[in-house]
Amino acid sequence: MRIVICIGSACHLKGSRQVVEQLRELIEEHNLEDRVELAGIFCMGKCQEGVCVSIDDRVYSVTPETVQEFFEKEVLAKV
Amino acid sequence: MTEQRKFDTKVQVLKYKVLREVARLAWNDQLLERVHDIPKTIVSGKEPTMRCCVYKERAILAERVKLAMGGDRDNPNMIEVIDIACDECPVGGYRVTEACRGCLAHRCEGACKKGAIYFDKAHTAHIDKAKCVECGACAKVCPYGAISSQKRPCVMACKVRAISMNDEKAASIDREKCIECGACVYQCPFGAIMDKSFILNAIDLLKKSENGEKYKVYAVIAPSISSQFTYAKLGSVVSGIKALGFHTVVEAALGADMVAYEEAAELAEKGFLTSSCCPAFVAYIQKQFPDLAAHVSSHLSPAATIARYIKRDDPGAKVIFIGPCTAKKAEARKPEVRPYLDEVLTFEELQALFDSRDIEISELPEDVLENASYYGRIFARSGGLTDAVAEALRERGLDSFKLRAVPCDGIEACRTALLKASKGVLDANFIEGMACVGGCIGGAGCLTHGDKNKADVDRYGKEAMEKKIEDSLSMLHR
Repeated sequence: MRIVICIGSACHLKGSRQVVEQLRELIEEHNLEDRVELAGIFCMGKCQEGVCVSIDDRVYSVTPETVQEFFEKEVLAKV
Repeated sequence: MTEQRKFDTKVQVLKYKVLREVARLAWNDQLLERVHDIPKTIVSGKEPTMRCCVYKERAILAERVKLAMGGDRDNPNMIEVIDIACDECPVGGYRVTEACRGCLAHRCEGACKKGAIYFDKAHTAHIDKAKCVECGACAKVCPYGAISSQKRPCVMACKVRAISMNDEKAASIDREKCIECGACVYQCPFGAIMDKSFILNAIDLLKKSENGEKYKVYAVIAPSISSQFTYAKLGSVVSGIKALGFHTVVEAALGADMVAYEEAAELAEKGFLTSSCCPAFVAYIQKQFPDLAAHVSSHLSPAATIARYIKRDDPGAKVIFIGPCTAKKAEARKPEVRPYLDEVLTFEELQALFDSRDIEISELPEDVLENASYYGRIFARSGGLTDAVAEALRERGLDSFKLRAVPCDGIEACRTALLKASKGVLDANFIEGMACVGGCIGGAGCLTHGDKNKADVDRYGKEAMEKKIEDSLSMLHR
């Protein structure tokens, strides 16, 4: 699974660093390093919905507060 | 905002007008049929305002158009002399001053192999400029020191001594010595030296991207932009860049964070290093101090580093660097950089692109720009790179390595440090080399140069959300 996090300016301001850091920790915690790949992209063109995170072309709106929930629902359940 | 107020000099305004007109036609697919109209569009009347007649003005403008379209393909130097613009340069080398006593010895006459010295009725020496070749032999032998050389602004500006006069007395650039810093471009009062422009490549990349449908074009902007476009907010400049068709804008300063972090480790490991950020400085080492080339940081420049990062996750992406630098145009063509940087524009060229599309940035809403840390952003001014490397050493826990840096402000300071280093007498282990005085904010491609530029960069640095290098890097995967 490839998770792409928007690290463009607008999403950065909304906390994409915290989102990346938390996802990295969660992946480690669940030993998913081999199965989940993190990638960053500068701007997905949906700045209003940031922090934008996409999996297989579907874009989710995630915040540092909702990362845990997002991870459980969209990553852990599907990987 | 008048055109003049956006620039330091009228030479820049003229160059800008040419770039703007070339760009305007290119956007509209009319360049081929209407390129020859450009000189007349700019000089439309019958009264000359710059040269002897409008025809000469237009002839020179036609040469500027060529440079705006990429210049002489057979000459790989990014900097070119426009011979016909240089011809009339009134500042002329050796001349006899009032100190001439009208002596009997006439050593000056004897020393001159060209027969250029003649005397008036008061026995005062004169130099026949038609015969003089500016060798300086007369000045050396005058017992009164009455003959002095008034150097041309381009020669004065070129601290690497790459400019001389050719047989026609036009400036001539020695490619073996030229580091493409552009100092002569900015200093020539007649605008007779210009950097090649690749705005057509940039426009082509943007047009063919079909607003990001085919591929995305990223603008990587240099942190020195914080001292530019002062008539508008930086956020509005970002909006303007996007309005040109760029997918998004990314700070080169984030690449600077990456470079500083890696360079600190390399420095601690090797024990002696020079920076590699400034392409003119790197070229200078390669040309004048080849023995030191092995000590140049092995890392790509910040712009190339961030461009490589962008392309790793978006392989189809095109990256255009926008900055103050003419030497960057050469850097982008190096085999190790070419895969990452697709084109380079200067701030002057960006202004021309805005106006070619009638984009008035001061009227645009403010977008955001937030990628890099404080340290990456202050790379734009002399001393900033050193501060960043010192910080990176701290953050990496490499405090045991004692940094002794020489931040070299301008190519003359670089030469002094490199000379010492080549003789093994430099009391330092890190050379920060910046070819332009002040650092990148002194670059030849800047719109304006001023005393407040450094303060602008520092303020922009302090506004960064990320205060530490590791914080801005934490967002990136490696």
